[in-house]
Amino acid sequence: MLARTADNLFWMARHIERAENTARVLDVAHRSALLPLDIEGAEAYLWYAPLNITGCAASYEVKYGLARADSVTHYMALDPDNPGSIYSCLKLARENARAVRGAITSEMWEVINATWLELNRMTWNMDVEKLPDFFEWVKDRSHMFRGVTLGTILKDIALSFIKLGTFLERADNTARILDVKYHILLPSVNDVGGAADYYQWGSVLRSVSAFEAYRKIYRDVISPLRVAELLILRDDMPRSLHACMNEVEAALIDINGSSGREARRLAGEQHAAIHFGLIEDVFSQGLHEYLTEFLAHTALLGREIRDAYMSRRNHFEPTTVTMRRTALQMQ
Amino acid sequence: MNTKTTLKCFDEMRTDDDQVRDIYQIYTHWMSQLAEGTLERKSAEAELLFRRLGITFAVYGETAGAERLIPFDIVPRIFGAKEWQRLQMGIKQRVRALNAFLHDIYHDQEIIKAGIISARQVLDNELYCKAMQGIDLPNQVYAHIAGIDLVRVAENDFYVLEDNLRTPSGVSYMLENRNTMMRLFPELFANHLVEPVEHYPQMLFDTLREAAPTNVAAPTIVVMTPGAYNSAYFEHAFLASQMGVELVEGQDLFVHKQKVYMYTTEGPQQVHVIYRRVDDDFLDPMAFRPDSALGVPGLMDAYCSGNVSLANGVGTGVADDKSTYLYVPEMIRFYLGEAPLLSNVPTWRLSESDDLKYVLAHLPELVVKEVQGSGGYGMLVGPTSSKEEIDTYKQRILAEPDNFIAQPTLALSTCPTMVESGVAPRHVDLRPFVLSGKEIRLVPGGLTRVALREGSLVVNSSQGGGTKDTWVLED
Repeated sequence: MLARTADNLFWMARHIERAENTARVLDVAHRSALLPLDIEGAEAYLWYAPLNITGCAASYEVKYGLARADSVTHYMALDPDNPGSIYSCLKLARENARAVRGAITSEMWEVINATWLELNRMTWNMDVEKLPDFFEWVKDRSHMFRGVTLGTILKDIALSFIKLGTFLERADNTARILDVKYHILLPSVNDVGGAADYYQWGSVLRSVSAFEAYRKIYRDVISPLRVAELLILRDDMPRSLHACMNEVEAALIDINGSSGREARRLAGEQHAAIHFGLIEDVFSQGLHEYLTEFLAHTALLGREIRDAYMSRRNHFEPTTVTMRRTALQMQ
Repeated sequence: MNTKTTLKCFDEMRTDDDQVRDIYQIYTHWMSQLAEGTLERKSAEAELLFRRLGITFAVYGETAGAERLIPFDIVPRIFGAKEWQRLQMGIKQRVRALNAFLHDIYHDQEIIKAGIISARQVLDNELYCKAMQGIDLPNQVYAHIAGIDLVRVAENDFYVLEDNLRTPSGVSYMLENRNTMMRLFPELFANHLVEPVEHYPQMLFDTLREAAPTNVAAPTIVVMTPGAYNSAYFEHAFLASQMGVELVEGQDLFVHKQKVYMYTTEGPQQVHVIYRRVDDDFLDPMAFRPDSALGVPGLMDAYCSGNVSLANGVGTGVADDKSTYLYVPEMIRFYLGEAPLLSNVPTWRLSESDDLKYVLAHLPELVVKEVQGSGGYGMLVGPTSSKEEIDTYKQRILAEPDNFIAQPTLALSTCPTMVESGVAPRHVDLRPFVLSGKEIRLVPGGLTRVALREGSLVVNSSQGGGTKDTWVLED
């Protein structure tokens, strides 16, 4: 497969997944906003969370200043100036798909293209009551894209690169969503285990469609330890870090070939750590610290995948390859 | 301004005494049974289909319309089996002669020695590529894919308007038009025996495989596009996926020791045949335009060494140039020893002073074109132009008369077409796509282009023309 094609497929999938996750994060933020929060500056306090999760707080502040429900929503959902907005993600997904029209099925293209056309017909100043529908729509389109992909595409390395993009992005997002509790501190220590705490962990679960699974598995009150266990270590939970790393490692093994040894090694290492990990160890390290490390590792893996499969370098000139290896080791 | 031509022209559907021709009988009967508004509804459905599939093209010089739909007309243009048979023979004959001409002018130049065409006309032509002299191409084929533009002026009279031997486009519309028609009107195809066109990509693949360097048993074939912002990008992607080959850009290829490779996820992979939809000038910054970012440095060297085949070959432009066009009937006689089956449009060369004088005096009746122009850009259609437009164009001619040719305004045949006021006759042409490998192949029909404005004779999509499905009925 062309290196550029792999690159486009990877990013097409990543952007669709990112759009879905941003919709999930915003959906939860809107649900949380319904809960009375009796502290000063409650709105700003609440609405920094989605900005922090998606890592766009700084660029938001430049444009809007203080976090407000309507402007954060607009910025993250529909603002073309925000490269991480749902709008931009769906646009980039389409551009990447367009560049590899020949490598995806026409059904896949139709879903991506129709999504983009429909988004552009939508009103730009959305009423609050229409927001849940919009977030549902984004999730639906993403589900549909995945369904169409699995239902129509040949099971070759094109699918592997799509899976790589999807699950690396999903791992990244689940880790960030789980880390939200670090960003939204409870108003006071006394609230730990209280209604607000319960509600917030419940939102985290809902945002990754894990609320029902939690009830089914634990049949018990929501505790941070179990939420973390479910979303990090349980490999039967489709959005957990473990499940994502299973898929990433499997995709890399399917791609196989002469390139990508280092990527396979990194993925194997990260997968093994999570496969044999204990939730007690996660908490003794500190959940936030654990997740930060996980995110750094995922980013490194992402870079290695790009270097191994998607870069355009003349393989007949070994000097450049050696130089890159050395540079990587120095990082 | 007079926007309508009052030319008497051939109606594809009706005879002079207003009888429906045999080949259109079943279709018109079907149409007469339709409920009110059906065609309009289907027409809207077709547009939706095309937009969803993303079958778009870009119009240069239009910033807003980065992606526009080419209008699709749902009334088919129909040929009978016998008339198509005749037409096809003429088309194949012409392409055979053009390839023989290209081989000759890059080798022994017999046609120049025989005094049929001047050395100046060939060798001084900007599109003549000196680097190609003495280079032997597999099967002596230069134009693997040719688009021959034909217009009909009477029942048995077709003229060749021009030969497109560089990177002719439009074949994806031929295929998608058929696809759309079959989706919209399955019942029509049950009543008519329409020759299929769906196998074009397979024929193209076979042709490209035959174009491979001689000692390569299982060649790697790719389609090369200038990129996603090219006006015909949809077609490039479409053909690559239909053939199951990679769609590459210049940045995906590199040359090492006179061999071409593509960057893949598995490292470099050698490429043997490039169906390139990039003009000669942009192929290789080392051989042609140094400022081109689209090409592959060293590609020309690899090509001349015989390690990679390009389709079409380099330097074919000299044969589809509008001033060389004049000599095609002579080429057919010279190389094939046959009488030409298809006629040329009578043409005045404005480099000749007598021709120039006549043309300048008759501009309102004539069509004037740039010798190296294409796509309907920069032409003058006398009968539909205002006095100001004609005067402005006259200045351009006088500045550089060698750059222009003129032809009589042809009475292009008309075909019923869906327009706002209902179904009305509009002028059409035909572009069959001719594939040359070890043999010459073409699918029945081609792309019918239609000028949607009443009376307009310009069918180019870049000038607001549309397309139709083209049927060749089985005997």
